[in-house]
Amino acid sequence: MSTLKGPTLKGPTLKGPTASSQPKDGPSPTCMSINGVSYALPNDPRTTLLDFLHQNLALFGTKKGCDHGQCGACTVLVEGERINACLVFAFQLRGKAITTIEGIAKNDELNPLQSAFVKRDAFQCGYCTSGQICSSVALQKELADKTPSAVTFSENYSAREDISERMSGNLCRCGAYPNIVDAIEDVIALEPQ
Amino acid sequence: MQPFNLTHLNNTSDIKSLSSIEGARFIAGGTNLIDLMKLQVETPVELVDLSDWQDERSITEHDEHFRVGAMVTNTELANYASKTVGLSLLSQALLSGATVQLRNRATTAGNLLQRTRCYYFYDTAKPCNKREPGSGCTAIDSVNRIHAIFGTSENCIATHPSDMAVAMMALDAQVELITPNGETKTLPLRNFYCKPGATPHIENCLKEGELITAVILPKRAAGTQYYHKVRDRSSYAFALVSVAAGLVLQNNKVEKLSLGFGGVGTVPWYPATAIEALTGAQLTEANIEKALDAELASAKVYGSNNFKPQLLRNTLHKVLRALAEHQRTYPQHEGALYEN
Repeated sequence: MSTLKGPTLKGPTLKGPTASSQPKDGPSPTCMSINGVSYALPNDPRTTLLDFLHQNLALFGTKKGCDHGQCGACTVLVEGERINACLVFAFQLRGKAITTIEGIAKNDELNPLQSAFVKRDAFQCGYCTSGQICSSVALQKELADKTPSAVTFSENYSAREDISERMSGNLCRCGAYPNIVDAIEDVIALEPQ
Repeated sequence: MQPFNLTHLNNTSDIKSLSSIEGARFIAGGTNLIDLMKLQVETPVELVDLSDWQDERSITEHDEHFRVGAMVTNTELANYASKTVGLSLLSQALLSGATVQLRNRATTAGNLLQRTRCYYFYDTAKPCNKREPGSGCTAIDSVNRIHAIFGTSENCIATHPSDMAVAMMALDAQVELITPNGETKTLPLRNFYCKPGATPHIENCLKEGELITAVILPKRAAGTQYYHKVRDRSSYAFALVSVAAGLVLQNNKVEKLSLGFGGVGTVPWYPATAIEALTGAQLTEANIEKALDAELASAKVYGSNNFKPQLLRNTLHKVLRALAEHQRTYPQHEGALYEN
């Protein structure tokens, strides 16, 4: 058992994080990988992943909406699974590979879901969009893996209802929901089932 | 957020070497605890991080039961249970709770231990006996639409928010835990939670330093199963009323009834009286009503939640009617009522 004792507030601030290319055997236990780059964990254990992205790494694509896990604006992928970055301490993710919205495109090539969101006008103000896209990237894999949702066991089933249920952790206060579902359906239709 | 010291538990056996600091808390997924720490509803002086605790991350099948490790996520358990006919009820309950993002982090033990979503528990400007013993209960005389009707006391009417625990109650789950001395104990989930009484801040029988290691789910026929959750929006909302039910019907007689109620109890509610009244009886509307009368005899309403007894009646009638119809059409069916 290892122990990290405080003081937690007066430690040196990590202004410029230690960034290095990710080693072949993955990030070390005192680091996490974000979009393929390895970073040292923040000194203050109270730092959530969301605050680490903003305050230490200047990665502002992941948005802070409610900061309580209710809106989904901060959705990121951990080892391909979506989570709320506001409800996890950075230290809980040591050794993990995280993908934020900045890592969704491959170089200059947009992810098909990003293109579909543009094509379908699946946003208005755009504040929730990075979370919506990260969430839908994970959703694509969940559907390919045939994981169930609450709609799987409901009285009335439709594919659109199923997508809405699976995306219910991402709120859009502009109300772009129909277009968001359209965008997701466009891409999922292209996927071999 | 208040500062805290941080310790890591890597192996179950290391529990014996943990320092016994009063007010230390284990942190697994953290989806509820971190939120409460931000609001300073919870202010632990030390967190024992379970991120590297690998021992309890799997579900194993045995002759008589399934053993679900404490760190198995809600997503993993929902996926596993969806493929296991006798556990369909559990999968349905899990999938009706929270969101994919939260279920990916939330763990089995953490779900059992999550705190109430009573507005006044979260609002540190308001008295709350659960948060600050002896300060009073704001909910009793205020807006209490989401609050409990079963198991309440003059000191607390907060509901337990879990869907998973309601299904586990219905499925006769047991909780396995380890003491700081390394001793393992198992007890029925039905004996795990404490009703508020005069001590609403004591929510379960875990003692300082004890850690849940697993949930045991016995293998047994639950028949046709349905988790029906009534709430203010169709997804990502806590239950106003939920019914977890499994029914085995033989010549219109109730052979086996698994039942749990959510959104109505200060603890995930096991309706022993209703189950006893219906087991062995003909499944008629009149008998369901009689069973509900008997169960609701101990219920108490508080103003804004006066609608809950009738909503519970309507929900149980709807669920049992649908399950019975399915059992008559497909005798000895085992699994979900609806599956798409």
